[in-house]
Amino acid sequence: MTKQVQQLDRVIIRFAGDSGDGMQLTGDRFTAETAEFGNDLSTLPNFPAEIRAPAGTLPGVSSFQLHFADHDILTPGDAPNVLVAMNPAALKANLGDLPRGADIIANIDEFTKRNLQKVGYDANPLENDALAEWRVHPVALTSLTVKALENFEISKKDAERAKNMFALGLLSWLYHRPVEATVKFLESKFAKKPDIAKANIAAFNAGWNYGETTEAFSVSYEIKPAKLAPGVYRNIAGNQALAYGLIAASVQAKLPLFLGSYPITPASDILHELSKHKRFDVRTFQAEDEIAGVGAALGASFGGALGVTTTSGPGVALKAETVGLAVMTELPLILVDVQRAGPSTGMPTKTEQTDLLMAMFGRNGESPVPIVAPSTPSDCFHAAIEAARIALKYRTPVMLLSDGYLANGSEPWKLPEIDDLPDISVDFATEPNGEDGKTFLPYKRDPETLARPWAVPGTPGIEHRIGGIEKADGSGNISYDPNNHDLMVRLRQAKVDGIDVPDLEVDDPAGDARVLVLGWGSTYGPIAAAVRRVRKAGGKVAQAHLRHLNPLPANTGDVLRAYDKVLLPEINLGQLALLLRARFLVDVISYNRVRGLPFKAEELAGVIQDVIDSD
Amino acid sequence: MTETLNGKGLALVPKTDAKQTLKDFKSDQEVRWCPGCGDYAILAAVQSFLPELGLRRENIVFVSGIGCSSRFPYYLNTYGFHSIHGRAPAIATGLAASRPDLSVWVITGDGDALSIGGNHLIHALRRNVNLNVLLFNNRIYGLTKGQYSPTSEVGKITKSTPMGSLDKPFNPISLAIGAEASFVGRTIDSDRKHLQSVLREAAAHRGTSLVEIYQNCNIFNDNAFEPLKDPALRDDITLRLEHGQPIVSAIKAVRRRADGTLEVVDRASVDESEIVVHDAHNPDPSLAFALSRLDEPWFAHVPIGVFRSVQRPSYDEEMAAQVDRATTERGAGRLSDLLMSGDTWRIS
Repeated sequence: MTKQVQQLDRVIIRFAGDSGDGMQLTGDRFTAETAEFGNDLSTLPNFPAEIRAPAGTLPGVSSFQLHFADHDILTPGDAPNVLVAMNPAALKANLGDLPRGADIIANIDEFTKRNLQKVGYDANPLENDALAEWRVHPVALTSLTVKALENFEISKKDAERAKNMFALGLLSWLYHRPVEATVKFLESKFAKKPDIAKANIAAFNAGWNYGETTEAFSVSYEIKPAKLAPGVYRNIAGNQALAYGLIAASVQAKLPLFLGSYPITPASDILHELSKHKRFDVRTFQAEDEIAGVGAALGASFGGALGVTTTSGPGVALKAETVGLAVMTELPLILVDVQRAGPSTGMPTKTEQTDLLMAMFGRNGESPVPIVAPSTPSDCFHAAIEAARIALKYRTPVMLLSDGYLANGSEPWKLPEIDDLPDISVDFATEPNGEDGKTFLPYKRDPETLARPWAVPGTPGIEHRIGGIEKADGSGNISYDPNNHDLMVRLRQAKVDGIDVPDLEVDDPAGDARVLVLGWGSTYGPIAAAVRRVRKAGGKVAQAHLRHLNPLPANTGDVLRAYDKVLLPEINLGQLALLLRARFLVDVISYNRVRGLPFKAEELAGVIQDVIDSD
Repeated sequence: MTETLNGKGLALVPKTDAKQTLKDFKSDQEVRWCPGCGDYAILAAVQSFLPELGLRRENIVFVSGIGCSSRFPYYLNTYGFHSIHGRAPAIATGLAASRPDLSVWVITGDGDALSIGGNHLIHALRRNVNLNVLLFNNRIYGLTKGQYSPTSEVGKITKSTPMGSLDKPFNPISLAIGAEASFVGRTIDSDRKHLQSVLREAAAHRGTSLVEIYQNCNIFNDNAFEPLKDPALRDDITLRLEHGQPIVSAIKAVRRRADGTLEVVDRASVDESEIVVHDAHNPDPSLAFALSRLDEPWFAHVPIGVFRSVQRPSYDEEMAAQVDRATTERGAGRLSDLLMSGDTWRIS
């Protein structure tokens, strides 16, 4: 039988199953195959905070969405064209996102009476017309896998566990993915359990062959490689890119990297990644708590290292006092906040942009801190270097605001040329700087940057004491003088206000748009995709995206005032909008959804069009 | 590395040939403790002790938290970091772990170390970072003007406890031993000779040394340690701990009961062979812990000196060894290799 091959320009697949079903691994492997094939892609993992929520329940559903195309794309996609549902819970939890006509590949073995009841299905939706709107492909994934592995010396449980590889094999056939790398991956992952490795590879091949031979699937699909800019690419998730960026920053600064961190979702992967790279003179310190993590990082900075701490919102709250100490002692420090849904514990695995005002103001006293926010997973690499540049040049703590969407989402990354990375090295103080040639003034500032000297222990002749008590200008001695305090408050503010940040760039191809859509951080992809849609439909809209939130680019006010309307989508209740209105007296139009999920391009396109259409 | 450094707390800190005196370690800042405060005596003892170490002054760092004692770094002409309440052990850990060439001293008090900063203290002790922690214990909150502290006796009448405090106090020595400390000592502000002898051993110890210093707050808790200072009493109740020596005061001796616990008896009533001989180097912490409990009831008899001094690898050495091992086994990291380390593909 010759099967039909259909050409597509893009596909969105969502793998969904129980949190123990291995959906993240399945998604990762499909992503790797797709990257190798040369499509552009973007991914969105979505999983519960519970490691193993009760099996078969709605809270236990874990999913992985992948958008891939023959052209460059900006988001993991709004709505899946294909849902792989490993059980009734996975079907029920994701059905609402499926557009009419989408494909559903369902594991019928798991659609038992008991599993159906767990999620409130009175009847099996695969057997009635409940799914009539969609194209349903019932596949006995579990029993087919077990049958394929009946000659293997493994337990029935282990055989059943390989069903995700069967599903991966089937999807790999369906979309013409290259398979060699997955076989190698399985050999290496289960190197210590060769029987399991062989069984998983057999399940993977069985899935492929099932697609090839069964009549259940009459069509397979081809999505041609995307035409991306020439270069060497790899797929990368935000947390990994951020960790690489921190290492690159330490290399470019010629300083050892010291990470003080306490495990917290969704930031822990940065700690895990950095701990693997000790040969870059990286020291990772898993502290007893969030406060000790940042304290140790600041202590290392005092000693002349690039001190970094990584956390999420609850951790930032705990670190606030130490960040204030870094503001006061004017030492370099990078605080990475991988934002998650709050307040309090909130929804640890879900994304949000709700820590902006905490980053700006969440400390006692006048305590300005620069803020940098990456816009895509791979941009986390460059944003980390930029945060380090500011921290080192201006001797200040810097907040790097990533979020759960960037942290776990991935995209192909065109690797930068190492020679193009900026030199961010700075000089330590080496000798007294007082006019008498003998005194050292730890708070005598560089007239241009207002940075104070970084004088590290071990340097003779400039022994000095710093601390959290107000300093006398210049000498750094304890001072309660009212005018000195006023001066120092203003100097610390002026230093941050004077940080050199590039101008805000506006993308307005037509040149006559009257509406600007502005964003910051991880909303870049959905906003840019929405802007494309609007323009494609004939709408005129300009787009600008802020990477520096403090200080803002010098031309920000001019850009805002140049448009009749400024639309600002944020995954919070309007935190940047509050800052912009206060600062520039421009009444930006806020669009806010705080659902723990990224915006959808279609949703934003509608909002942009509404703003364009309104008077 | 580990074996060679054991017991050599300052082996990696550069030495100087220049002759140093107490004056070299005095900063230009006016000392601002209350007249009569025990901190003056400790400062003078430390300033006159530091030249003895023969270290390059720029390689010495004093880190403190918040409290009266935490002003200490301002008065020493070394590098200093007056940080925030309770966090000095954490900050010092980052410094010492990344700079083994520094002699790092943490100055803290009973509130700073045992209340707000208790977590950092116990974790620094178990990790065995190369730090010397001097815990000034005055059994009261001084800087906030006189509330009870985690070492105040039960029933303490203070501004915040007009009907008496309810909490059972910490015994800092017991706490430190329980937290896997490798070096634990106790001394008294007014006994400079003893204080310096304990500092000497603490400095020589590689790893975290905790030294509790009984320090009199003459404003809010005067005479808290009076029995140990009263010439008529002190020799009778002070049990001086010296490794390898019988544990005795002028009139008392420590004996082991049949059940293994310790008791303090009249020295005259026991045979010399029955007296417990101090073994600070015993890997088993039982004796050191039992000794730490001998000050119950309150000041009936108080051991001072080094309770425990055992050798185990320090955190900073082991951290450096992992960096060395990773570099030796796989070569120094190259950024281009790192970026190319995953599955890559080329688009031309």
